[in-house]
Amino acid sequence: MTFLNYLLSGISLGSIYAIIALGYTMVYGIAKMLNFAHGDVIMVGSYICFFAVSRFGLPPVVGVLAAMAVCTVLGILVERLAYKPLRAAPSLAVLITAIGVSYFLQNGAQLLWTPNPKVFPSIVGNGRLALFGGQLTVSHVTLVTIASCVVIMIALTLFTGHTKMGKAMRACSEDKGAAQLMGINVNSTISVTFAIGSGLAAVAGVLLCSAYPNLVPTTGSMPGIKAFTAAVFGGIGSIPGAMLGGILLGVIEIFAKAYISTQLSDAVVFAVLIFVLLVKPAGLLGKKISEKV
Amino acid sequence: MLTVDGIHVYYGNIHALKGISFEVNEGEIVALIGANGAGKSTTLQTVSGIMHPRSGKITFLDEDITHTDGYKLPAKGLAQVPEGRRIFLQMTVMENLEMGAYIHKGKVPEEDFENVFSHFPRLKERRGQIAGTLSGGEQQMLAMGRALMSHPKLLMLDEPSMGLAPILVEEIFNIIREFHAAGATILLVEQNAEMALQVADRAYVLESGTIALSGTGAELAQSDEIKKAYLGG
Repeated sequence: MTFLNYLLSGISLGSIYAIIALGYTMVYGIAKMLNFAHGDVIMVGSYICFFAVSRFGLPPVVGVLAAMAVCTVLGILVERLAYKPLRAAPSLAVLITAIGVSYFLQNGAQLLWTPNPKVFPSIVGNGRLALFGGQLTVSHVTLVTIASCVVIMIALTLFTGHTKMGKAMRACSEDKGAAQLMGINVNSTISVTFAIGSGLAAVAGVLLCSAYPNLVPTTGSMPGIKAFTAAVFGGIGSIPGAMLGGILLGVIEIFAKAYISTQLSDAVVFAVLIFVLLVKPAGLLGKKISEKV
Repeated sequence: MLTVDGIHVYYGNIHALKGISFEVNEGEIVALIGANGAGKSTTLQTVSGIMHPRSGKITFLDEDITHTDGYKLPAKGLAQVPEGRRIFLQMTVMENLEMGAYIHKGKVPEEDFENVFSHFPRLKERRGQIAGTLSGGEQQMLAMGRALMSHPKLLMLDEPSMGLAPILVEEIFNIIREFHAAGATILLVEQNAEMALQVADRAYVLESGTIALSGTGAELAQSDEIKKAYLGG
């Protein structure tokens, strides 16, 4: 039963990574850039939810929605102000800018909300569900996290596969020039992608802080890097890849903590990543670029 | 329908188009021919709003579109089949056609798909297939079908014969004739001058960013200069 417990914790942590990785991978797919500020959007979302629920006593659902709204706007603003002017610049310039935005958000949060840790109120309470006559107990946070991830996966798959906007997004991520010839406004499509990615980051932030309630301005950076790793692991640019990569990464991390060493768990995670990339350089579900001539 | 008036286009400091003027009237096939690097594709990209001229004017259906953003032009009735086809390789044939109808609000009518399939029956057989798995000729057909989905008033074709076997080139040009017979207005850019002059009502010859010659397709096909330079003697 302890194995099952670890597995569930792994899937739950992995679900959070997966939700964050979706933002990385969608933005990479369409804007061909690594948005290293994505992790810090998570942190902003967590603070917004914290203030809404703890300070203003709003119901948790309202807190989550407020966090999503603020992060969506933040994502669009960051793209417009920091990345859009660099659309034609070399990718290194965009990468450095993204790191700059990341520090800007972290330092902004320190200034606004002080570096003192806040204790995040779990949005789903601290209840536990006992299964198999109490042999296996699962916290509500774990269940809600996994359920949220499943809902988001299904929603995104339907969105990209069956809606006009979702298809336009896929068209833009394949060939922006051709998409423009179809009458697709590429800039607004990129904005929508940032908006969705950032809205999801807010959800991930709330779930993350519900499971690990210590909220500081750097809360988002490590999960951000892990989720980026997950996106690469699964194949950057691929939505199912981000989901698979995120969940696998979470499971590996928890198993490494449980069975190998708590201190070495991150090293194990990255060792697995390096091994996968040696065998499959495009990631697990990465697209091999092959074009007919 | 389309009037291009003395456009100058630059790539950075390179003066690519040096004052090009031409026009396309309703119902015509107009060909732009010329060697590699003469400025044919640049001209089309400028008309499509992907590039903008530093000076000069482009008018389409009495509207100045010189500086209009490219993505707004399909809604005005301009469609381009780009060089190298540029279909969405990871999307299905149907999804590619849906993207062609992107400017259409609401559900795309079934007749629009049927219209494309009537010109390209092979696309119907392969409607659910991922576009990247199509042959080169089928990809060209898909690119043309995709452009038809927006009901263009002016269809621009950039090198439709490029990279295709002679028999397929013949097929593509037959389809261009079919479009023309149905009343379509076409601006054709081609390196294959022989084929282009056969179908074109009028043609312009581009040479290093300027228009060197113009005339009806038949006139130019008989011209000694053209024969020597583009038709292999």
